[in-house]
Amino acid sequence: MPRIRRELYNKEICACSIFGAMNRDGERFTGKGVMLAIANMHVRGNGLGGGFAAYGIYPEYKDYYAFHLMFTGNSPEAKRSAKVGFDAFLCENFDVVSDEEIPHSDEAVVSDPPLIWRYFVLPRKQGEEALLSDEDYIVKMVMRVNTEIENAHVFSSGKNMGCFKGVGYPEDIGEYFMLDKLYSAYTWTVHGRFPTNTQAWWGGAHPFSLLDTTVVHNGEISSYGTNRWYLEMYGYACTLQTDTEVIAYAADLLMRRQKIPIEIVAKILAPPIWNSIDRMDEKEKKLLTTLRMVYGSLLMNGPFAIIIGQTGKMIGLTDRIRLRPITAATRGEMFYLSSEEASIRLISPKLDSVRTPNGGEPVVCELNNIRTVLE
Amino acid sequence: MIEIDAGPLKTRELNDQLRDMMLAGIQKVVIRNVCGQRYIGTRLYSPDHRKMEIEIFGTPGNDLAAFLYGHRITVHGNAQDGVGNTMDQGEVVVEGRAGDVLGFSMRGGRIFVRDNCGYRTALHMKEYEDKLPVLVIGGTSQDFLGEYMAGGIVILLDLYGKGHKGNFMGTGMHGGAIYLRGVVEKEQVGSQVEISPLDKLDREILDRYVSEFVERFPDLCLSKEEILKDEFVKLAPKSKRPYSKIYAY
Repeated sequence: MPRIRRELYNKEICACSIFGAMNRDGERFTGKGVMLAIANMHVRGNGLGGGFAAYGIYPEYKDYYAFHLMFTGNSPEAKRSAKVGFDAFLCENFDVVSDEEIPHSDEAVVSDPPLIWRYFVLPRKQGEEALLSDEDYIVKMVMRVNTEIENAHVFSSGKNMGCFKGVGYPEDIGEYFMLDKLYSAYTWTVHGRFPTNTQAWWGGAHPFSLLDTTVVHNGEISSYGTNRWYLEMYGYACTLQTDTEVIAYAADLLMRRQKIPIEIVAKILAPPIWNSIDRMDEKEKKLLTTLRMVYGSLLMNGPFAIIIGQTGKMIGLTDRIRLRPITAATRGEMFYLSSEEASIRLISPKLDSVRTPNGGEPVVCELNNIRTVLE
Repeated sequence: MIEIDAGPLKTRELNDQLRDMMLAGIQKVVIRNVCGQRYIGTRLYSPDHRKMEIEIFGTPGNDLAAFLYGHRITVHGNAQDGVGNTMDQGEVVVEGRAGDVLGFSMRGGRIFVRDNCGYRTALHMKEYEDKLPVLVIGGTSQDFLGEYMAGGIVILLDLYGKGHKGNFMGTGMHGGAIYLRGVVEKEQVGSQVEISPLDKLDREILDRYVSEFVERFPDLCLSKEEILKDEFVKLAPKSKRPYSKIYAY
């Protein structure tokens, strides 16, 4: 009997794609290159999420916090109504120097975009809030908006930087926000695919951010529950329904509030396994054991490769046994991080160095002179 | 010889072209402007064992030479993750570095990499009767070299003086052999693995494959003798069934 051809399973090759490019001299460039680079990893994505973080894009408003807001809802009226609610809150708690709808192109292939608005603001602290630093105040207000105002989500809240994200392939999201035409940044990070284990929605796309810290992530944080409960004790509310959010808040807690250097933060998020700690000298063993005891709840379990963006800095890190790939490369003053080397070569065919860092070992690129972007 | 410009081609289009060329009897193909296209060389099985020579300029994508069936692939540059995944026979030469899971489940053929390679090299490499995969690396490897390795030969030459820094080598290894030029600490190696000096048979194996390596990278200007005069160690499993006491049956 002839064999009947069975229906072939159409395999989806998905895995997330992450990419980052930074100019160490602080020279700014458009999003065109990173859009090409991430599009080269199209097969790693699935069209259900894409997003960018860009640093140095608002020099004319560099002293103001740039809030990017998403107003979701089933109808234009619902979105407008969410904005009305947010605007009332904003006027009570901030001085707004400028605001506008974030320009977008209607030709891009994206589905069901929310109303997306940006505001440049200064904190207006009242009563006991005067005791808070500006940044702590911003964090508190962002958490309030995201937990209390229906259908309003702050997805970007730093100075002189911004996130752009949504449901679609990253190259389409880039086109939607016209990142290749309207913005120049000294650091771009970008992500393709969708929020782990949840429905794709605009707020759930990467990057996840708080103040000027942004995170794009390939992998899955299986310790999400533990991490989330720990972060809640410090006032961080996880509202975006997916795992990567905890990395952004952990980075804010450890690096901004507790001022811990990235080399130590890496040992908290991706500590060496006990077998390796046993073989270290006494001093190192004591440090690593202490970190694991004090910060056990911030250990990020599960596979990850992440790119953390901050003002003047871009950091790559993988889990301790590098279950997700990252390649670091340099060319002159340019520094690149990518899930795949080919994407870097696409926009910079010649490279001075290429390497794949060890698991748990952060690669850090800093501006040669931070003043180039602050002054 | 025929040339393909891979610049505008997607993975499937490029591999379709290669397959058509093999079926048309073409024996040598040069592919230019490769940039991340995956599975190059994969769908090239033919019942009459046709063999092609494929030269790649650019950066091939993941799973280069997966299931490779007797062809010869040269990469003038770096390769990404998964080179030689379940490769059956043939040869891959990488004139640069290779990424993670190089030679994953490889069951035959040869891979030569000029520089270093990433994590989990030779993960679950295996051999059977006359099928013996061989992987020679000019530099060294990152962690989990030869994890769950079941057969085959892996040689790390450390030609660039970095030393073998990888940990968890041979974790779960139960077959095959890894040869390292230089030294390795006991702590870097899985508990199932024995570190031993080379015997005569090991020397013969090294002699053969190091000569092949040197022939493939004449630009390194190295002789087999120069490389072989230094100390080597061998990693091999203590037992063929390291987990027999763990499993109940």
